[in-house]
Amino acid sequence: MTAAVDMEQTQATPSGSEVVAEDRPWQTVVWNDPVNLMSYVTYVFQKLFGYSRDQATKLMLDVHHEGKAIVSSGSKDKVEADVAKLHAAGLWATMEHTS
Amino acid sequence: MKPWKRKGDLVHADIDRQEAAVLRGLVSQIDDMLRARIEETPQDELAELTGIRTGPSTSPDDPILSRLLPDFHRLDDDNPSKADLDSAAVLRSLHEPTLLDLKTGVAAVVLETCPMYGGGIRLSLEQADAWLSALNDVRLALGTAIEVTEDMPDELPDDDPRSPHLSVYHWLTWVQESLVQALSTP
Repeated sequence: MTAAVDMEQTQATPSGSEVVAEDRPWQTVVWNDPVNLMSYVTYVFQKLFGYSRDQATKLMLDVHHEGKAIVSSGSKDKVEADVAKLHAAGLWATMEHTS
Repeated sequence: MKPWKRKGDLVHADIDRQEAAVLRGLVSQIDDMLRARIEETPQDELAELTGIRTGPSTSPDDPILSRLLPDFHRLDDDNPSKADLDSAAVLRSLHEPTLLDLKTGVAAVVLETCPMYGGGIRLSLEQADAWLSALNDVRLALGTAIEVTEDMPDELPDDDPRSPHLSVYHWLTWVQESLVQALSTP
């Protein structure tokens, strides 16, 4: 990801928010790419998933620093729909079984 | 162009003639590529009968189209599993027609609202979101074409053929960033 301007980065606090449960067999993964803007990715996470700005920023920073982040999980249908929405927004998203 | 401004449910900016020509040209090119992909898809009678459209099951060969229309699973490992390959094929053919509609739709919004010879742009919030997606598609396309990296310099050496394209890319980045900022601050 890239930043158009030097943006002040909110320090994300590590948390166990990536819930993996048996009733959530699939997860949506967003991968880092060199084009998408940090601000835009945060905006998309807020808009598509209703995350707070802090949550969305944390996920965006995970994508940026770790190369990927799990942004949602659930049934195959739900995750499939989430990936489709992310593709429409131009993000690089895939789906996988929770490990 | 100056930064986008938001007033309530309206977002506006002025664009000059040359900028409008560049932006409209790029958006039209992407739109043409997407429409060519749509036309490649064979029309089958069953789809017409059921109304369920199916798209191609394989990723486009063109790297730009392939970035705009990604796979639903990571298949770029050395050895993707047969299950993932099969599933990605099914999901692509199921979802690609809708994705193509959405992408040509946001391109159409830009072409309708960006004055051909420059001037004022006034957008509803919904249209502004369409602009964000369309700007992002253009940046993805251009970024793929000039092989942008995360630590891309502001300028490339003059003898680098990508140099003029990089300036356009940086300008588009600025336009998109400014629009995100305007939309994020009501």
